[in-house]
Amino acid sequence: MIRLVNIHKTYQGAQPLHVLKGIDLHIQKGEFVAIMGASGSGKSTLLNILGILDNYDEGEYTLAGTPIRNLSETRAADYRNRMIGFIFQSFNLIGFKNAVENVALPLFYQGVGRRKRNQLALEYLDRLGLKDWAHHYPNELSGGQKQRVAIARALITQPKILLADEPTGALDSQTSLEVMEILKDLHRQGLTIVVVTHDSGVAHQTEKIIHIKDGVIERTLC
Amino acid sequence: MLDTLQEIIGAIKRNKMRTIATGFAVASGLFLIIVLQGAGNGVINSFESNMGNFAFDAIHIFGGRTTKPHEGIKEGRYIQLDSRDVEMTERSFSHYVKDVMPSLNQGGLIVSHGAQHLSATLMGVKPGWDEMNAVKIVYGRFINEIDMRQKRKSVVISDVNAETLFPHERNVVGKTLDFNGISYTVVGIYKDEQMSNERTFYAPFTTISTIYNRGQFINRLSMIIHNIEGDSAMNQFMDEYTRASSHIHSFAPDDKQALWIWNQAESNQEMKKTRRILHTAFWILGLLTLVSGVVGVSNIMLISVKERTREFGIRRAIGARPWSIVRMVMAESVVITAFFGYIGMLLGVFFCEYMDSTVGNQTMDIGVFQAKYFVNPTVDLSTCLTATVIIIVAGVLAGLFPALGAVKVKPIDALRG
Repeated sequence: MIRLVNIHKTYQGAQPLHVLKGIDLHIQKGEFVAIMGASGSGKSTLLNILGILDNYDEGEYTLAGTPIRNLSETRAADYRNRMIGFIFQSFNLIGFKNAVENVALPLFYQGVGRRKRNQLALEYLDRLGLKDWAHHYPNELSGGQKQRVAIARALITQPKILLADEPTGALDSQTSLEVMEILKDLHRQGLTIVVVTHDSGVAHQTEKIIHIKDGVIERTLC
Repeated sequence: MLDTLQEIIGAIKRNKMRTIATGFAVASGLFLIIVLQGAGNGVINSFESNMGNFAFDAIHIFGGRTTKPHEGIKEGRYIQLDSRDVEMTERSFSHYVKDVMPSLNQGGLIVSHGAQHLSATLMGVKPGWDEMNAVKIVYGRFINEIDMRQKRKSVVISDVNAETLFPHERNVVGKTLDFNGISYTVVGIYKDEQMSNERTFYAPFTTISTIYNRGQFINRLSMIIHNIEGDSAMNQFMDEYTRASSHIHSFAPDDKQALWIWNQAESNQEMKKTRRILHTAFWILGLLTLVSGVVGVSNIMLISVKERTREFGIRRAIGARPWSIVRMVMAESVVITAFFGYIGMLLGVFFCEYMDSTVGNQTMDIGVFQAKYFVNPTVDLSTCLTATVIIIVAGVLAGLFPALGAVKVKPIDALRG
């Protein structure tokens, strides 16, 4: 599903920062993978490259058979929309839209009609147990509920992979468990999931842990 | 489309204060454009109404007095225009002259009806004189072809003179007037625009020519010109005309006094120029105001875009193309400017109507006649349409740069922002 060959990334600046120094990574369809590392290890950069939110300088990235290289912003947006579901630490919901509208937003960019996308959004919210909260705004929801809305939004386009950046980072331990249960459930349904975390408790609930240190893969635990 | 609109309305609702501030800037700009245009039109219209009696592209030729000896004839000879001048003008200057009209004056007459009498000048004219000289008929008709053919003794009198001569009668048309013993029938009444107590009475050219035994002579040759642009073309036309006339009347071709030329077309061009300058000046003033409004909108859009960097980051992460972000920001800007611009425009139009109903009808008395200094200070539809186009273009421009800025940021940086 994901194939990275010798990925390099340097942040240009007053002092160029070589963040990724040759990452080789293969993730099969249906795998549940955690990427671990200290802050500054390059794990977030790697996730951004996987999510086509950032570009890389050297190497090869293939996502579901599609080479990801030198994409225009428009192509990148389309790939993100159709192939990738994002879950962020800070949820990244749009504050002036209610739960349904937030979940339906990716479909808006696919040109799906309002009625259809809201109906689909309600279905996904229902699956995540948030049917009664569908018309609440993010500031009326708890952290766990917000993250579940974000998960519904990530799933609504039926992406190839789910990328989670510290999905439990802003949640208490009980809610963290709930969110991880959801992810594990999705994994059991066959979704490919990559989680970036520095929390080993979270990492150990996945199938495979990839440790990154100083821009290279230190070791992989299965 | 509806979806996009809902997105925009959602975003606008979210920040009412910002929207209102922006709207105020645009609305005041449009309001000022319309009011300035309206006031400008009022001034220009009053100009024209005060000069309403003149046809604007007419040239009138009168016989003058020679100042140079020519072909053995001494200077100081009076030039008498006649039918040859009419033929010559029609023949030689057909490219420049649309309409030629000779007229005759018979002055020193006394017109009377019962006990009322006035000194009068009978002017023999042809049909069409009224149009050429902006004579407005308020009752009856002007001199027509049948009057001409049958040399009828028909007369068209001014409303002021009608009141003087027929103080107790309502319907003057059909009544007779006595001009030094010759009876004329009143066929029409024209409006004496400036209440100037004009003593001109219009009669058929052929009638005057016959009754007063004028032969082929005429007093004035009026023509409507066209195809002459600019001062040098006008001067050249005048020189050529004088030369052509000099062949008929045997005067020196460079004798400027032999013909007396009253050029309304020239003063009309001055008027047109003034009008254009006024118009442009008012547009520039209004546009400058609008520009400040647009800069305001642009600024506020810029701040708005800055505030929403993260939102745009989220949208892009989940698949919004850059173009859809640009379109959203610009559409938002257009909706704000169009909505408030329209309100400003409406208020402006109402204000113009208000001006029209108050100062629009005030007159000031400047002795000889009364002048209105504000006539119909309103704007026409085309001004409103132009303003509408300007609002929309302004909205697009105001949104464009912030929008382009919004997508220049990489989505990942936008998410962090």
